[in-house]
Amino acid sequence: MNIVACVKQTPDTAATLTVQGGKVSWGDAPLVINPWDEYAVEQALKTKEAHGGKVTAICLGPEQAKEALKHALAMGCDEAILVSDPGFEGVDSLVVSKALAAAIQKIGAIDLVFCGRQAVDSETGLMGAQVARRLGWPSLSLVAAVAALDPAGKTITVERMLDEGRQVVRSPLPAVVSVTKEINEPRYPSFMGIRKASKAEIPVWSASAIGLDPAPAGVLSWPELIAPPKVEIQCEIIQGGSPDEIAAKLADRLIQEKVL
Amino acid sequence: MAQKVLAYIDNFNGSATISSWEALGEARKVAEALGGGVGAVILGQGVEGIAREAFEHGADEVLLADAPGLKDYRPETYASILAQAAKQSSAEAIILPTSGRTRELAGMTAVDLETGVTPDVIAFEVQGGAVVATRPIYGGKLLTKEVCLKARPQILTLRSRAFPKPEPTAGKSGTLTRLEGASEAKTEVVEYKASEGGVSLTDAAVIVSGGRGVANNPKLTPPAEITDEKQQEIWRAQQGFAKVRELAVVLKAAVGASRAAVDAGYIPYAHQVGQTGKVVSPDVYVACGISGAIQHQAGMRTAKTIIAINKDAEAPIYKIARFGVVGDMHEIVPALTKALKERLGR
Repeated sequence: MNIVACVKQTPDTAATLTVQGGKVSWGDAPLVINPWDEYAVEQALKTKEAHGGKVTAICLGPEQAKEALKHALAMGCDEAILVSDPGFEGVDSLVVSKALAAAIQKIGAIDLVFCGRQAVDSETGLMGAQVARRLGWPSLSLVAAVAALDPAGKTITVERMLDEGRQVVRSPLPAVVSVTKEINEPRYPSFMGIRKASKAEIPVWSASAIGLDPAPAGVLSWPELIAPPKVEIQCEIIQGGSPDEIAAKLADRLIQEKVL
Repeated sequence: MAQKVLAYIDNFNGSATISSWEALGEARKVAEALGGGVGAVILGQGVEGIAREAFEHGADEVLLADAPGLKDYRPETYASILAQAAKQSSAEAIILPTSGRTRELAGMTAVDLETGVTPDVIAFEVQGGAVVATRPIYGGKLLTKEVCLKARPQILTLRSRAFPKPEPTAGKSGTLTRLEGASEAKTEVVEYKASEGGVSLTDAAVIVSGGRGVANNPKLTPPAEITDEKQQEIWRAQQGFAKVRELAVVLKAAVGASRAAVDAGYIPYAHQVGQTGKVVSPDVYVACGISGAIQHQAGMRTAKTIIAINKDAEAPIYKIARFGVVGDMHEIVPALTKALKERLGR
C-alpha cells in the first residue's frame, strides 16, 4: 500500500491567543503537529504494518513546518515532503486543496490518503473532502473505524460518524480518509524515531515543482480578526444546609430567572 | 427560475434536520438583501414531503432530486447535483446548515464551482452584494470575519442554533422544480448503526454533561465480581452517568461529556463536548463534575446559561457559569432532578 498522511503545523491548543497588528499571535507557545493529524499518521502507520508498503507524510506550510513532519517521521513515517512557497502564505482551502492534490499526484500511485478531521487553528474541516474532489477520488470523512481493507481487491470499508449514528461505507481505492479521534490511540515517537527524524533531509516542493502558479489566487479574504471581549460573568453560588435544600434553591432560581 | 440564494435542506431518513430550517430562514434574509428569491435544494429518496415544509419555512422554489440512487447520502453525487443547481440558477450564495454531511458537501461543491466556503458561521451581514460572515477559529478563542469577493456563489454553512428557526406559514406554496438525477456513486452504504445517544447534541436546547467527577463517588462499592481497578472505576462512572441521564430526562436534554470522561472510557466519544469533540450552543448547559478546561470551554462557552456543579470551588468552570453549586455532584444532581421534576411537573 502506498499511503500518504497529510499533516499541518498549528499552535498548541493550550496557547493563549491574541490579535497583534491584525494577525494572530500565540506568544511563545509551541507550534505542534495538528493534534487531529496524529490520528491520521497513526492510522497510516497501522495500515502499513498490517498490509506492507510505505507512508509519506506531506505538509503545506513555511520552512518551520518541517518540525511537524519530523514528528510524523519520528512516529514512523518513511518519508516526508514539505510543500512550501512564499505564495502559499495565507491562502484559502481552495488553494491548499489544489496544492496538496498536486503533490499527491506528483508522488504518484497512491492508494490511500489519511488526514485529520480538521485543523485546530483554522477549523474549517474542508481539506480532506476538497483534496478528494480535486483528485476525483471518494472522500470518506469523520471515519471512526476501518472495518475492512482489501489491498488486492482495492476496496476499503469504514464507519463514518454522522450525527444520527454510524454510516458503514464501502469504497474503491484510491480514496481520501479523514479520521476522528475514536479511530486509534496515536503512538509516541520512539527515541530511535526521534533520532532518525532529527537527521532526516526533508525535500521542499515549491509551487512550480507541483505545477502550480507561484502566486495562486484564493477567493476568500479576512477583513477583520476579533478577540472576543472577555465577558465577566458573576457566578451565583447556591448554598444551603443539605443537598435537597441547595437543589430546591437552585431549581427555584432557574425558574425565577426563566432559565428553564 | 433563477433564485439568488439556495438553501440546502439536510435530511436523514426522510426528515429534514432542524438546523436546515435555520439555514433557510437566513437564506431568506440574504436573498431579500440581494433583491432575489430563495430556492431550497432537497436531495434524497422519499423526500418529496420535505418540499411542503420548505415552502412553509420560506422557500420560493424547491429544487428537488428524489431518486433511488440518492437514498443514501454520498458526498460525490450530492455535490455534483448541488453544483449543477447553483450553476443553473446563477445563485449568488448557497447556505447550508452545518452537519457531518454538509461540511464535506459544501467543500466538494466549492471545488466544482471554484469558489470559497465559510463553515460554522455564527453571524453575518450583507455588504455591497457580499455576505461578510463571522466564524470562530482556534477553538473559539478568536473570531474572524470572512468574505468571498472573487467568486460566486459564496458558500456558507451556519452553525446549529446560532440563528433562529423561522416560524412556518401553514399552506404557503411555491414552484417545484425537479433536478436531474445523479451519476453513479463510487461508494456504497452498507448499513447504519444506531447512535448511542438519544437527542442530537448539536440540536439540543438543553445539555447535561458529566466529567471526571462522575466516577468519584467513594460511597459506592463495586460488585465483588469486578476486581480490576480500572473496571471498578468505570462501574463507578456508569453509576454517576446514570444520575446525569436522569437529570437529562427531566430536562429533555442531550447527554454530553468532557474529554477526561471519554478518554477514561466512561462514555463513548459521540458524547464528547469540546475542541476535539462537538461544539454546542444550547440554551442551558449543566456541567456535572467538570472542571472546565479551556478545551472543554471551546465546545460549550456559547451556551446561554451555564450551571456548574463541582467539588472544587476554584474550578475554571465557575468563571463562565451563571449559577454554581460547590458540592458533590453525586448528592446534588439527584436532588436537583427531584426538585425540578416536582416544579416542572415532569
